[in-house]
Amino acid sequence: MTWVLENLDLLGSRLLAHVLQAIPPILLAFVLSLPIAKLIAVRGWLRTSLTAGAGLLYAIPSLPLFIVLPLFLGTSIRSPLNIVVALTIYGLALMVPSASEALRAVSGDTLRAATAQGYAPLQRFWQVELPLAGPALVAGLRVLAVSTVSLVTVGGVLGVPSLGMLFIDGFQRGILEEILSGIVLTVALALLLDLLIVLGARVALPWARTPRRKGARA
Amino acid sequence: MIAFENVGKTYPDGTTAVEDFSLEIASHEAVVLVGTSGSGKTTLLRMINRMVDPSRGRVAIDGEDVAGLDPVRLRRSIGYVMQASGLLPHRSVLDNVTTVPVLRGTSRREARSRALELLETVGLDPALARRYPSQLSGGQQQRVGVARALAADPNILLMDEPFGAVDPIVRADLQQEMLRIQKELHKTIVFVTHDIDEAFLLGDRVVLLRPGGVVAQQGTPQEILAAPADDFVRSFVGADRGTRTLHVEEIEGRRIVVDADGRAAGVLEPPAGGAARA
Repeated sequence: MTWVLENLDLLGSRLLAHVLQAIPPILLAFVLSLPIAKLIAVRGWLRTSLTAGAGLLYAIPSLPLFIVLPLFLGTSIRSPLNIVVALTIYGLALMVPSASEALRAVSGDTLRAATAQGYAPLQRFWQVELPLAGPALVAGLRVLAVSTVSLVTVGGVLGVPSLGMLFIDGFQRGILEEILSGIVLTVALALLLDLLIVLGARVALPWARTPRRKGARA
Repeated sequence: MIAFENVGKTYPDGTTAVEDFSLEIASHEAVVLVGTSGSGKTTLLRMINRMVDPSRGRVAIDGEDVAGLDPVRLRRSIGYVMQASGLLPHRSVLDNVTTVPVLRGTSRREARSRALELLETVGLDPALARRYPSQLSGGQQQRVGVARALAADPNILLMDEPFGAVDPIVRADLQQEMLRIQKELHKTIVFVTHDIDEAFLLGDRVVLLRPGGVVAQQGTPQEILAAPADDFVRSFVGADRGTRTLHVEEIEGRRIVVDADGRAAGVLEPPAGGAARA
């Protein structure tokens, strides 16, 4: 415990670095997945192949990807940008299939009803289809957030500062407290983000948690 | 006035929903298209607001071909009620009713005060305005669907089996409500159903369809019942069944209308002001 108290600055800066590497790929993957998912949801063959393709993306081992990316991006090997780009790719691999399923699950009758009322195609997407896919999108986003937070730690192996560096450094130097604080903070950060998403969804999608009237028909 | 001029619909996969259909619907008239599934009735209805574009022929509203109108603006000018209400589950009752006026650019506040009046028009407690559709009963949802269709005060109301998913008692209630609203508002209504009793109740004119949108017979309910064109119509309207062949029996000085099975259908009153509806 004394180690922790003596190194609060270090823990704080590692945590901040971790957050700064985790949030951008989460947001990027989530936002980019929506148009991609919309595009492939309407074309069956594209969906099948892209969903399989997305799975393959996820199969790329993370460590080699972190090493290869600087060659393409022209960044240094310790640049956090590599982590952001790599984790966006993994994020898309997770989020595109779940977003396309979320959009496909929106009732066709409801969409037709919206069209019949006079929603223009883009209006219908933003005001009807996207909100109705909301609960399923949030489920995907939660997995995305937690997975991204944990993957950021891999950068620690390459010397990109993050909470991952705490347990790599702690392991090499035999400091149990450092290892433990790295793990605890990573888990805590993941849980916190998850909680924020759940609370955000409650505010943004109030209709999704209203109790159904007994015997009411959809 | 709505005019179907030799319209037909063949889908890319080769199935023909409608062969060759023509019909004129006068303003303020309630016309019911009735037929079994596969009769093309819903396809015909959707041609009016361009949810479906005909492969042949044209649909004209007040002489103007709808193919030349912007579909989004056209739909905002036509009320549409569908089966199972088609309400937006993520919008409150009030926001559902204001959908079309808001899409047309009316301020939300103005649309809302009008929506509250409309809820009363369709027989709903305005206290339900804040609820979500899933918190209402099927009948209440359907009323909201009607209120939504009326919100922008359209001249034309399209109704696609609107009362098909509710139980018979609620349906009878909604039908009476519909008659009352039509008496008040005089919309041009095109109503689609497979229920001949509903058609006879709500239609000034009934169009009976065979599969493929072929008109088997059209006319007022009285005309169709009095002279069914053929066996198809006769069996569809139930003229063969006991319930439609009525005769009068005199019981204790009153003239009682009795069906073929001997069940009393009603009391015969001498024709006074309003003629009895079939």
